[in-house]
Amino acid sequence: MQPPEAIAVGCSQGSFHALRTLLGGIDRRLTQTLLICCHTSGDVSALCDLLASHSTLPIREARERQPATGGTVHVAPAGYHLLLENDRHFALSVDEHVRYSRPSIDVMFGSATDVYGASLIGVVLTGANSDGAEGLARIRRRGGVAVVQTPEGAEAPAMPRAALEKAGADYCLPLEQIAPLLNRLCLA
Amino acid sequence: MPAPLPDIELERIEVDLFVSALKRRFGFDFSEYAPASLTRRVRQMMHVHHCDSITALTARMLHEGDFVNEVVQGLSVPVSEMFRDPPVFRTLREQVLPLLASYPRINVWQAGCASGQEVYSLAILLQEAGLYERSHIFATDFNAAALKRAQEGIYPAKDAQLWSRNYIEAGGSQSLSSYYSARYDFIRLHERLRQNITFTNHNLVTDKVFCEAHLVLCRNVLIYFSNELQNRTLALFRDSLVRGGYLCLGLRESLDFAPAAADFTAIDASLRLYRRKLHPASGEPDAAA
Repeated sequence: MQPPEAIAVGCSQGSFHALRTLLGGIDRRLTQTLLICCHTSGDVSALCDLLASHSTLPIREARERQPATGGTVHVAPAGYHLLLENDRHFALSVDEHVRYSRPSIDVMFGSATDVYGASLIGVVLTGANSDGAEGLARIRRRGGVAVVQTPEGAEAPAMPRAALEKAGADYCLPLEQIAPLLNRLCLA
Repeated sequence: MPAPLPDIELERIEVDLFVSALKRRFGFDFSEYAPASLTRRVRQMMHVHHCDSITALTARMLHEGDFVNEVVQGLSVPVSEMFRDPPVFRTLREQVLPLLASYPRINVWQAGCASGQEVYSLAILLQEAGLYERSHIFATDFNAAALKRAQEGIYPAKDAQLWSRNYIEAGGSQSLSSYYSARYDFIRLHERLRQNITFTNHNLVTDKVFCEAHLVLCRNVLIYFSNELQNRTLALFRDSLVRGGYLCLGLRESLDFAPAAADFTAIDASLRLYRRKLHPASGEPDAAA
């Protein structure tokens, strides 16, 4: 199997702890583009600063019209949907909330799968709603890989549970085992 | 038999045909909109109207009376809030309006006003600065239905709570409720706020310079445009603004790929607040004059 081009991660309630664990475990040799959509009401650049000391890869807020570079973690800004153009540049939108969320994981997953097709891994982590389930199903339909955090161990199990019900998963793992899996899939 | 085409490629063809039909038949030009959001909106419309494909949506638009109005609605800039991003309105109030006060007449252009929430926010700012009497706000949009809603100034009462908070955070000294009357589940902004507002149809893609403005507000509209169209629109704003006039964009908009940005200086880059340069830059039409 060809290593994927990008990893798209969705998380909500409990995301700080989850992202700290995930990003801390990523192999720094990864050349993939990492996209994160996280439901925070606060300032995303502050979140990036907090996560920077834990993340092995550079992490920053995704900026409109800028390229989605590899080996970098890009986080969707608060209050905007994050999309990708076909030339792998970011686009933002203030279209209606999706599942009460903007940024919405479904929107980011959907757009990323349009661009990366089968060369995308979708990851659904802890969260107290059902955002991401629909998007993960689309990723799978296009031949991408679906990874879901085991609901039982998640700080908020609703989101991974919804993802499993709607999309199923190629891998369903406890949080600690997700970064090692991504490393294996990406460095293969 | 031709080789099978991936769904996503097929969809791109269908979106192109949809855009082309909309332009040729109705004159609405979305060909330079950034594709990701446009495609998402077209898909959504397809679902909302229970069409089996984008081609079916295109057919309906071409053949069914006034269905195009629904389409335009679906492709328009969405609803905003009053005083959205309060620090922006606070800075307009504290730093920009005092400077505009030196002009005997003040023209403000809100480009892409959608349902008008920000237009009324501006009217309130001008009123509280004592400038409204000599100001005129031109509120434009290409969506006739949105313009009509903007003109009516009627909004759901449930939004008023957030808007009141925004207003206070933006430095408002009264209560926002002194600017509207509430009735059942709706609020209606007072007639006196509408006095010096002209709501009119203008399409940033196809129409030209519109007025001589001292302040242009266009927030979260250009994010839907391609780099080229963004740049052209920015040049349109430049040509509409007096020298030293102000431009206010959305908080996450990036001008990195717009050469026309060179004709502006940032007043507060983090708030996307700019000023047209006092002296012509090299690329401007009147640079040689």
